[in-house]
Amino acid sequence: MSRDELLEFDEVVAAFDPVIGLEVHVELATLTKMFCACSTRFGAAPNSQVCPVCLGLPGSLPQVNGQAVESSIRIGLALGCSIATWCRFSRKNYFYPDMTKNYQVSQYDEPLCYDGSVEVDVDGELITVPIERAHMEEDAGKSVHVGSLTGRIEGAEYSLMDYNRGGVPLVEIVTKPVLGTGAGAPAVARAYVATLRDIVRALGVSDVRMEQGSLRCDANVSLMAKGTTTLGTRTETKNLNSLKSIEKAVRYEMCRQGAILAAGGRIKQETRHWHEDGSYTAAGRSKEEAEDYRYFPEPDLVPVAPSREWVEALRATIPAPPRERLAALREQWGFAEPEMRDVAAADAVDLVAATIAAGAAPQAARKWWMSELMRRANAAGLGLADLAITPAAVAQVQGLIDEGRLNDKVAREVIDAVLAGEGTPREIVDARGLAVILDTSALQAAVDAQIAGHPDVAERIRAGKTQAVGVLIGAVMKQLGGQADAASVRALILATLEG
Amino acid sequence: MECPVALTSTDVARLADLARIDLTVKELEQFAGELGVVLDAVAQVSAAARPDIVPTSHALNLTNVFRDDVVRPSMPLADVFAMAPAVEQDGDSTWFRVPRILGEAA
Ligand SMILES: [Zn+2]
Repeated sequence: MSRDELLEFDEVVAAFDPVIGLEVHVELATLTKMFCACSTRFGAAPNSQVCPVCLGLPGSLPQVNGQAVESSIRIGLALGCSIATWCRFSRKNYFYPDMTKNYQVSQYDEPLCYDGSVEVDVDGELITVPIERAHMEEDAGKSVHVGSLTGRIEGAEYSLMDYNRGGVPLVEIVTKPVLGTGAGAPAVARAYVATLRDIVRALGVSDVRMEQGSLRCDANVSLMAKGTTTLGTRTETKNLNSLKSIEKAVRYEMCRQGAILAAGGRIKQETRHWHEDGSYTAAGRSKEEAEDYRYFPEPDLVPVAPSREWVEALRATIPAPPRERLAALREQWGFAEPEMRDVAAADAVDLVAATIAAGAAPQAARKWWMSELMRRANAAGLGLADLAITPAAVAQVQGLIDEGRLNDKVAREVIDAVLAGEGTPREIVDARGLAVILDTSALQAAVDAQIAGHPDVAERIRAGKTQAVGVLIGAVMKQLGGQADAASVRALILATLEG
Repeated sequence: MECPVALTSTDVARLADLARIDLTVKELEQFAGELGVVLDAVAQVSAAARPDIVPTSHALNLTNVFRDDVVRPSMPLADVFAMAPAVEQDGDSTWFRVPRILGEAA
């Protein structure tokens, strides 16, 4: 549990201006590692994807993955960065078992991409987040701490190392300090990372899944007393595993630092860890200061000098920013602003687009994903994209409804059968005999039978009380086992009674 | 060219600490002298470095040496763990086992 004194959020923003900075690590979805040809496949047996290069054995020599450089340049371009004409890798020296070499190959004073900006939509307001740099580096291995009750490093007897992730290409994207966001700071931090994730995903260079660690975020927070212009001492919070935790952690740090400063105390520059279970930050192990990393140019690698022709060719592959794409799609699909915002927030834009591409009307595609399928995904604790149904299948269900072969109720049954792996919607409808009865003589027979069975109701309808038709519709539907289209039944009843 | 400042045993103590190497007072003094000789030797490069010579960090005058993104087999597990001081195994999973990370002198 947290033992920190916290100042009320409103009091914090009344007395201080928050300054935030975000460092995001994106794991590139290349087939091989940054400097060797080991596979980057997720989930392999521990230490089965290592070699002399990524284990740092004497005499081994790294070789740069050209695809990783290309993906890094594309990320830089999508963030509006300048691309270096010439830059080098550097060694960042530190001693920790997650790196067998005792250094990480990174970039120091010569980043590949620098000086960009990202337009972030925070509840309808556009905020520009300045980007300091985006540089290439390699990931570290993973450790499991054994012997402590909580699985944490504190109190562990020993640790187990898996170096499969060691050497996987990363791009680290660092913002400049973001000032002037006031009470909006936590929301801006969250919206920035969400926007960055969407931009990188649209490039197709990373899975950018926070829960799997292919997008990781550290948040720097400091407070500046109102009316001053000197940046305060900042803390860096790590272990932010979701967009929600970014927002909560920034807010928490603002309240914690606010309480210290309001009491006349001083903020200690330190690394803190976010504890999701109790929603608080706590100081981590004291870290070596930046100058202690003793960076120097990596002598085993030659410089990277992207030609302007290459950069321009890559620039031509950069899709429109997700925000512009959303606006264009909203226009094209005729969605209201809140409808589009919900679709985007649910990560359903691509699913809806694919469903429309497969033939469904835009509103129908939206409704399936945002209501029926959303409910099933939530119940199963899954994302929409993880459901066992394709956009094509959703479009097919809608097509069956449009053809009059399914009504909404039976369509929901078909959706469940698709999710249960019983086949395509058409196969399920045929196999289960679920199609609505289109045979007019069969419908007419049922209508006639129910009119005969409810003479009093029929009389009331003839007398103009058409709301009574519901009773007859219900009776016909029941007789046909629900396999009729209610609107057609209604029309047929009224026509029969008028005739 | 300016001469590098002589290395003191305090400098060596700092480097030894960062490199997690324990040195005696006698060794600190000894290495301050020996490393000083190395630095002096390297500093001779400065005498040859003129403004028209670009500083270099690599022996080869090349750029953009890239590898295709094609997977090649990694090392057999037996070879990997033949080098490990300590190993822990659980079914098909094998890890390098390392001593406790926190608790060493910071
Ligand atoms: Zn390798």
